[in-house]
Amino acid sequence: MSTTETVAGAAGEASQKGMPQLNFATWPNQVFWLLVALVIIYIVLTKIAMPRIASVLAEREGRISGDLAAAEELKSKAKAAEKAYNLALEQARVEAGKIILATKAEIQKDLNAAMADADAQISAKAAESEKRIAEIRAGAVQAVSEVARETAGALVVALGGTADDAAIEAAVAARLKG
Amino acid sequence: MADEAGGLVIDPMHQFQIHPLFGEGPLTWYTPTNQTLWLGITVVVISILMLIGSAPRKVIPGRTQSITELLYTFIHDMVEEVTGHEGAKFFPYLMVLFTFIVTSNLLGLIPGSFAPTSHIAVTAVLALMVFLTVTLVGFYKKGIGFLGMFWVSSAPLVLRPILALIELISYFVRPLSHSIRLGGNIMAGHAVMKVFAGFAGVMGLASIVPIAAIAAIYGLELLVAVVQAYVFTILTCVYLRDAVGEAHH
Repeated sequence: MSTTETVAGAAGEASQKGMPQLNFATWPNQVFWLLVALVIIYIVLTKIAMPRIASVLAEREGRISGDLAAAEELKSKAKAAEKAYNLALEQARVEAGKIILATKAEIQKDLNAAMADADAQISAKAAESEKRIAEIRAGAVQAVSEVARETAGALVVALGGTADDAAIEAAVAARLKG
Repeated sequence: MADEAGGLVIDPMHQFQIHPLFGEGPLTWYTPTNQTLWLGITVVVISILMLIGSAPRKVIPGRTQSITELLYTFIHDMVEEVTGHEGAKFFPYLMVLFTFIVTSNLLGLIPGSFAPTSHIAVTAVLALMVFLTVTLVGFYKKGIGFLGMFWVSSAPLVLRPILALIELISYFVRPLSHSIRLGGNIMAGHAVMKVFAGFAGVMGLASIVPIAAIAAIYGLELLVAVVQAYVFTILTCVYLRDAVGEAHH
């Protein structure tokens, strides 16, 4: 096939000068073997290779569309779950608000009751204390007048007079009022 | 260049010679030739690729499986897109065409190999098969209405007979252009590389230039090998649309 053998080639194929493509003597041979080759390729492709490839491609397509459908379904599920979650959250929030209000009201009630109780206790204690103070005051006034009478009597006696109980009483009463 | 090289004989067409694979006998229609060998290698390569690639049937494909699936979906989408849903039943046919042409083109780029698609006989058979399929399917599907594609109803009435004549001629030129486009491209690329290789053999140190040129052309030829297979296949789709699709004139 190399250029060096052109001489031999030219000598041996003197009748085939020019383009080998236009040497029509070889055409039947070429056409025959070409058809044989094409028929074999056709059989190999259509009987074995192409059905296999077609089935693989179909399977892949089915797999992909199946996966896509599954993904779509999962996505919608996730969306539903999110919606449910949001709904639950909203409900919980409302519930919590209600509980807060109720608790506040209860606390207020308790507080009011406790305040009222405390007020009552305070006023009772105050009344008692007032009474005690009044008592103490009355006791003190009596003790003062008694001490004054005795002191006055003793003073009168010490000064050489006679203690007239009635007069002393009147005098002390008068002084205490004054 | 040839003068400078003295006795240099560049015969870029020699690589396309078809000779019997065994012995020297005359070439009969069944004699295995070097072309038969490379047709056989093409068949084997396609079979191995497609059988190994389609064997694992994994949902997540490996490398070879990816190649076959890529080939499959590439041609499948092309047929669906260009020919329409009606043409989908021609998908196996186009798959055979594309895999054969692209594999043969690429194998032909192996140094010392032989590209069956560089022969007009091969591409002519492929193109004639397409032409006959389109014509027969067209008449089978649409009956005499298939001739309607030559009658450009959107043109002024006066022009229609002339356009019909042009359309008719272009229809019959299709297999010619279809086959020569592929065969000519592959043949020209190989011949050019051979010419440069001839220069490289006699230029001494300066042969670095033709060698670099060969490398560049080789890259271009890789592209041409794939693009021409693609062009052949998509043109087949376009022609098939005339036969099965709605009239697009």
